Amino acid sequence: MTEKLTRPPTADPDAGPPAQADPRRPGEAIFRGLATGAGITILVILALVASFLLVQGSPALFADPAKLASQGYGEFASWVLPYAFGTVWAALLALLLAVPVAIGIALFISHYAPRRLAQPLGYVIDLLAAVPSVVFGLWGSLVLAPAVRPLYEALNAHLGFIPLFAGQVSGTGRTILTAAIVLATMILPIITSLCREVFLQAPRLHEEAALALGATRWEMIKMAVLPFARPGIIAAIMLGLGRALGETMAVTMVLSGSRNITFELLTSQNPNTIAATIAQNFPEAFGLKTNQLIAAGLVLFVITLAVNSIARWIVARRAEYSGAN
Amino acid sequence: MATIVHAAETLTAGRLPRATVPVSLVGSVLLGYALAILFTGGANIGLAVALAYLLFLLVMEIATRVVEGPRQASDRRATNLVVGAFVLALLPLGSLVWEVLSKGIPRFDVPFFSQSMRNVVGAGGGAIHAVWGTVYVTGMATLISVPIGLLTAIYLAEYGVRNRLSKAITFFVDVMTGVPSIVAGLFAYALMGLLLGPGSRSGFAGSIALSVLMIPVVVRSSEELLKLVPNELREAAYALGVPKWLTIVKVVLPTAVSGLVSGVILAIARVIGETAPLLIAAGFTASMNNNLFENPMMTLPVFVYDSYAHPGTDVQAYWDRAWAGALTLILIVMILNLAGRLIARRFAPKTR
Repeated sequence: MTEKLTRPPTADPDAGPPAQADPRRPGEAIFRGLATGAGITILVILALVASFLLVQGSPALFADPAKLASQGYGEFASWVLPYAFGTVWAALLALLLAVPVAIGIALFISHYAPRRLAQPLGYVIDLLAAVPSVVFGLWGSLVLAPAVRPLYEALNAHLGFIPLFAGQVSGTGRTILTAAIVLATMILPIITSLCREVFLQAPRLHEEAALALGATRWEMIKMAVLPFARPGIIAAIMLGLGRALGETMAVTMVLSGSRNITFELLTSQNPNTIAATIAQNFPEAFGLKTNQLIAAGLVLFVITLAVNSIARWIVARRAEYSGAN
Repeated sequence: MATIVHAAETLTAGRLPRATVPVSLVGSVLLGYALAILFTGGANIGLAVALAYLLFLLVMEIATRVVEGPRQASDRRATNLVVGAFVLALLPLGSLVWEVLSKGIPRFDVPFFSQSMRNVVGAGGGAIHAVWGTVYVTGMATLISVPIGLLTAIYLAEYGVRNRLSKAITFFVDVMTGVPSIVAGLFAYALMGLLLGPGSRSGFAGSIALSVLMIPVVVRSSEELLKLVPNELREAAYALGVPKWLTIVKVVLPTAVSGLVSGVILAIARVIGETAPLLIAAGFTASMNNNLFENPMMTLPVFVYDSYAHPGTDVQAYWDRAWAGALTLILIVMILNLAGRLIARRFAPKTR
């Protein structure tokens, strides 16, 4: 006890009592060990995820192409490439649709809507984020796809000279564009909520200074809000992209995809995505096919990891150089 | 004299009358509707609304540019586009809620919650096996994720402040947030394949997959909350000679408990609708399965997908069940979300 009392006061207020275990009080050591162990468990889990995918996927990655052709789905690189293309293509289309709308909504909530309405409106958009993806898939294929078919036919008839809208229009409406619309709806709330946060953080004084100099609201947003928020917007877009790349069920249920590379949006020949391919084939797969699908999952993991890392890097850089204030 | 009159004019001139917006809105709607009928011969609501919006943008642009000048015109255009974006986003939400409600209610009945799909072909049957499966799988995932997530958050917020391990953990928790759900399913499948023999599917594998998705969410929200607990409380406890771990258990955690509980509930709401990992790791079945560790286990999201994707000859009966399942799922998620927010607000610590 006397030892404790004579201990010099620590400089760091966070430090608290000595973390070294007192042999008479094992609780401290146990609890600290538990907490540290839990943290390390997370690292172990992630290492396990990566290594299990590698171990289970490697038979397909390094197998003889002839063996893959007979027992799997064919040579790996040429098999997975169209799906990788479909994954990226669908996600990019979804981004193209979602980003302008998301930024608009975020601006509406942060700078246009009346104060009292802003928060409930934010909740409404967050509700979109809470809807499970399987429900989006159901809605997309049974409601949206039939509804947009006339639009596709009109696009094809009047704008068919643009390669994107060329080709024979799908009879079901379950094309890559429909899948992209559903994906866009799903990533909309993610991009919106992040952008909204950034817009709200824009320095108040800059905004008021712009308004005081006679700027209109839009000029104020252009001069004071958007430049400040640009890194945040980019990070939000990247996170949305990461989500769109990994989204499975909506694409699985909406898209009637096959294995081909095409930029035509309205035909029944659509490039499938990696995630949807895994979901569609995995329940029936066995042996080398299972390995090949897991290897495809590894490819997807690497793609999303890269996208997310870039997003985090942008966010982190912004935190360091946030020069607005 | 003339200059005074001129100055007075500029004060009131150059502004559009207040009635401009509603008048041109109504005009655009009517004209858009007429044009839509003219183009297609029928009343196409979607086309009419799109045309009306474009007309409104055009009319307001011209009117503002002529009367108020180009700067006001671009301001007005931005406002109209921003409001338009918001309304556009409400369309899918409204359509989705309406369709799920109207198509889900016919089969949202007692048999749906009292029967399984065992020996059911065509109409009838229910999803009780899937409801229980979801409860088991998500419950187990919560049991795995909450201790790991909470203890990690305690480590990050209390023990390893800014040391190298905690930086690594923070980084990899971020990485984990971005793991595609289907990859989590593949991991659980591969892990169980190693432990229990290849090709095994069980509810527990599903729980592991969900845990991979749930742990980062729990860590993130818990860490934020633990950092919100005022330092004075910790220092007061230390001053009384309370060891650090008891300070955390008796002072820090009780202060933050409402937020922690709400964070966990929101994390459950996030993973309870996950389909892809369960499809892969837990598989599907038509019967009740009360054993987490053996045989496939049906869950509600997979039930919805299965009913939709593999209908029998009576397609409508299967799709009706899918919609009812979707309605159940949305209700569960909404209730969990509301409960989470309510708990967070009602029992928030008073940090006076």
